[in-house]
Amino acid sequence: MSMRDKACVTGIGETRYTRETTRSQAELTFEAALAAIADAGLDPKDIDGVVPYVMGGVIAEDFVTNFGLPDLRYSALTPMGGASSVAALQNAALAVAGGLANHVLITLGRGALSTGRITDRIGQMPQFRLVGEFEMPMGTVAPAQFYAPMARRHMELYGTTSEQLGEIAVTFRKHAALHDNAMMQKPMTLADHQASRMIADPLRLYDCCLESAGAAAVVISRADIARDLRQPPVYIGGVAEGHPDSPSTITQRPDICRIGLAKAAPKAFAMAGVTHKDIDVAEIYDCFTYIVLCQLEDMGFCAKGEGGAFVQGGRIALGGELPVNTHGGLLSQAHIAGMNHIVELTRQLRGHAGARQVANAEVGLVTGYGDLGDGSIAILHK
Amino acid sequence: MNAPSYDKPLPDISPLTKPFWDGLREHRLVLQACSHCHTVRHYPRPVCDQCYSMDSEWISGTGRATIHSWAVNHHPFHFAFKRESPFITVTVDLEEGVRMQAPLRDADASTLTLGMAVQLIYEDVTPELTLPAFRLA
Repeated sequence: MSMRDKACVTGIGETRYTRETTRSQAELTFEAALAAIADAGLDPKDIDGVVPYVMGGVIAEDFVTNFGLPDLRYSALTPMGGASSVAALQNAALAVAGGLANHVLITLGRGALSTGRITDRIGQMPQFRLVGEFEMPMGTVAPAQFYAPMARRHMELYGTTSEQLGEIAVTFRKHAALHDNAMMQKPMTLADHQASRMIADPLRLYDCCLESAGAAAVVISRADIARDLRQPPVYIGGVAEGHPDSPSTITQRPDICRIGLAKAAPKAFAMAGVTHKDIDVAEIYDCFTYIVLCQLEDMGFCAKGEGGAFVQGGRIALGGELPVNTHGGLLSQAHIAGMNHIVELTRQLRGHAGARQVANAEVGLVTGYGDLGDGSIAILHK
Repeated sequence: MNAPSYDKPLPDISPLTKPFWDGLREHRLVLQACSHCHTVRHYPRPVCDQCYSMDSEWISGTGRATIHSWAVNHHPFHFAFKRESPFITVTVDLEEGVRMQAPLRDADASTLTLGMAVQLIYEDVTPELTLPAFRLA
């Protein structure tokens, strides 16, 4: 059985995105969830499946309590860090395709600085246990530091430059200016990027994503029901997750310049029955600029080592050959761990993206990247 | 008696990993190897991913390695590393075929290249804890 076109994104919801908040992750999550359910034209009591974010401050039972769900019959977690949101699409699609649920709600809420710094949060995650024992004592304590050696090796092997990474940051900032719910509205030039301070060389401040407070949610419905709901359905054509070899830490991976997405992408393209040329818009997980470049290579949009040249010359900008992160991404819209990427792709494929709309967008992809190289990808279409 | 207390993150050492840390304290590199197929593995783990044996032994490493990649840490993220920032960390390929990550001392980042030879050194940070570091060979 193929999962192709068995499930649809039928509802999307977001809160305002801010740097800090006095509201709990749960309040933010419920606001986004109610917005997504209303967008689908459903009543909260229609929800019979929930896949909340592991670190999102809510569990499936909280939705029974707060929404009075009469029959929550499916719940799951997809603990893959930033790859969780898109992996949850796979999980929810399986649940509705398999007849276990009709409408699965996926949520992700973050409190940013209000819930502790990133270094404190990751210290509590089991997937970082070996990093904690063997790398943190020597000073490698935060994601920018975990990923800097990946970018450095890519630069040394292939001649990739900081200016090429900067092109990614500058492009997403331009896109963010077209979105009224994007945190970073101040324009950025390549010179601004180059002048931004080093965080973990080769990664500069403007190569790093934001810390944000807010929540996003989507509703995944069985395809035959989806057609009768309020919004035009957006089909999940293909979806897959992939894990790199030896994923305990970045250090221990045989090839640190290749991530789990390299395994997942061919499966998602095959399931959806589309090729790279069919992709009209891509929302790519962008915790760091380099991670975007690496994913473009690992998905096969260009060969390994050619990502630097690929992102230059406006190719990934609105109006270019492959518009990427039309909402500004984690770098310039907000860090909602990629749930905001799914929301944006859905808007694009509905034709509801306003000033950011990619003309005639029919097929798009969204990726997730998590922790120590996990990857996830979904190919959606009208 | 008035030495400042150690304020950096400490490793959470388990029975599985204790021989590695005990070795460092004695200024020896010891690595876990499969008792059955002799594949060396790091960081320590219960099962050999080649032959699935759960029996392992500890072998001596040379501490000789080559640079696989590096980072120059400018923003410390943890307050205790602020006083030494910026500092270099290297990811290295040990002669035994496994990787480690540790600080690179007394080096200029602008001169580094992939494959450069480095040598393990030992830094006694508390009476109970010795951490690995590297120097250019």
